[in-house]
Amino acid sequence: MLSPAVLLLLGWMIVPLSMTIYFSFLSYNLLMPGMEQFVGFANYEFFLTDPAFFEALANTLLLVGGVLVITIVGGTALALLLDQPMWGQGIVRILVIAPFFVMPTVSALVWKNMFMNPVNGLFAHLAKGVGLEPFDFLSHAPLFSIILIVAWQWLPFATLILLTALQSLDQEQLEASEMDGAKFGSRFVHIVLPHMSRAITVVILIQTIFLLSVFAEILVTTNGGPGYASTNITYLVYAQSLLQFDVGGGSAGGIVAVILANIVAIFLMRMIGKNLEA
Amino acid sequence: MGKISLRQVTKTFGDVEVIPALDLDIEDGEFVVFVGPSGCGKSTLLRLIAGLEDVTGGHIEIDGRPATDVPPAKRGLAMVFQSYALYPHMSVRKNISFPLKMAKMDPAEQERRVNAAARTLNLTDYLDRRPGQLSGGQRQRVAIGRAIVREPSAFLFDEPLSNLDAALRVNMRLEISELHQSLKTTMIYVTHDQVEAMTMADKIVVLRAGRIEQVGSPLELYRAPRNLFVAGFIGSPKMNVISGEKAAEHGAHTIGIRPEHLLLAQDGAWSGRVGVAEHLGSDTFLHVHVEGLDPLTVRVQGEAGVSHGDAVRLSPMPEHLHRFDENGLAVR
Ligand SMILES: Nc1ncnc2c1ncn2[C@@H]1O[C@H](COP(=O)(O)OP(=O)(O)OP(=O)(O)O)[C@@H](O)[C@H]1O
Ligand SMILES: [Mg+2]
Repeated sequence: MLSPAVLLLLGWMIVPLSMTIYFSFLSYNLLMPGMEQFVGFANYEFFLTDPAFFEALANTLLLVGGVLVITIVGGTALALLLDQPMWGQGIVRILVIAPFFVMPTVSALVWKNMFMNPVNGLFAHLAKGVGLEPFDFLSHAPLFSIILIVAWQWLPFATLILLTALQSLDQEQLEASEMDGAKFGSRFVHIVLPHMSRAITVVILIQTIFLLSVFAEILVTTNGGPGYASTNITYLVYAQSLLQFDVGGGSAGGIVAVILANIVAIFLMRMIGKNLEA
Repeated sequence: MGKISLRQVTKTFGDVEVIPALDLDIEDGEFVVFVGPSGCGKSTLLRLIAGLEDVTGGHIEIDGRPATDVPPAKRGLAMVFQSYALYPHMSVRKNISFPLKMAKMDPAEQERRVNAAARTLNLTDYLDRRPGQLSGGQRQRVAIGRAIVREPSAFLFDEPLSNLDAALRVNMRLEISELHQSLKTTMIYVTHDQVEAMTMADKIVVLRAGRIEQVGSPLELYRAPRNLFVAGFIGSPKMNVISGEKAAEHGAHTIGIRPEHLLLAQDGAWSGRVGVAEHLGSDTFLHVHVEGLDPLTVRVQGEAGVSHGDAVRLSPMPEHLHRFDENGLAVR
């Protein structure tokens, strides 16, 4: 017997999913209303053979991977720093969390206009200050810039989770390892890191879900360009269906994105899921 | 080797003085027990010796060499923590070999020492398990194993048995004593259980509020406590303490008499009424209410043959009477 809650949830997910699947088999362009017809897998073929798709796929993976690396490494370092007793601990911790409360659109705009702008941006001023040519981040290293912006947003989340993990480490274990002759480095590798592995897994899984669908930051800063240099799958789907008015192609892209997300999820669970077992 | 000396060692946390200046000598091969009530600074003292806390003042010498500024790992001491502090993600084997690995010892020698320790501690069958899959007593043995493979010059134990149930505690107590007999290494053992102190120690150090009240062998402390605090702390059940008129009769401000040194006698000096009687089989503890005194505990061998409400007369054995002056110090 399916309970009403399960039915509701199924309906909630199945209706949009099946509509998307349905659209993905139609030639459906908003510029030609009433001309929809069944075209089989043509939309998929078109989407998957588009060179932009492979570029977007690579960008998506680079974006997810880059942000994960920065946030995990940076988050661990920050958590280690924040765990030290220091003056004004409470305020510093709140400040560290602050970026998480800034909306993606806003933070991307701030980064674009106030930091990375080649004329007025802070980085440009700094470069000029030391006599260097200002670097136009968003046009010369668009993907890297976006990775930086997104990483900045997610760093607090990672730091916070890793900090709580760090604080739950039994002090006596650290003292025991100290007596056992472990120096700071070995203590970190043999005691602290294994203790934090579960928290790191959680951070990786949660962030991956959100990072696969980064969109606002790209729309606001580079519009996926130059060319397709900073287009990820999510942005490609958007461009396909709403910039080129090709709902059929967009839907096919959406389904491809769902399948890709599942592949990534299975891959991740295989790789690190065992850390979540007690 | 394992001779440890503390010279005028003090420790303050913030502006709270936990250990006022303290001198202590621990001889090579001795089993020394620190006892005292909760919060008296036993753990702090042990951690000062281990180097996990820095001394505020004074000097520590280990084997005649100054150790005050030597980091914990270099002092050649091994510590067994109350919570065991095993590394949860490592197997028992890895836990025990961790200090050897950190010392970059040859793997074959590591293997040999781990196996030897496992044999001594009956852990051979558990070497590939994780600490989470062991019982409390087994975890305790792993913690001890991790300490013995280093072949330290002294072992430090901080209430190692307090998380175990009573039966297991008796067992482990014997095992640790056994270990001391076979290794002949200095051991410093912290407990607030005076039975552990009496049964295991070569030398007991009684602490109160960071001060050493008395140092001596278990029987010295039992026979000749230096003051009322030690008298009340060592011995079970507690010594009866009597002051006022009855003490003055014996020429002291306060007198103390252990329950086993009070006799039920027809012509006893003190008359009272039996309250609760605790039957242990081998002994009976009678709580006797004597006019004008706190209830006295009397230990009677076997069955006492008296019951609640009976009138009895008590007679203290004169040779076991402890006399104290108005400051609580023993008068001899
Ligand atoms: N890190 C610290 N900061 C401040 N005060 C401390 C610290 N560690 C211990 N103390 C204080 O020092 C005193 C002695 O503590 P310690 O842990 O040595 O007691 P203990 O004799 O081991 O007690 P127990 O039998 O309960 O373990 C206590 O009053 C405690 O509050
Ligand atoms: Mg303690």
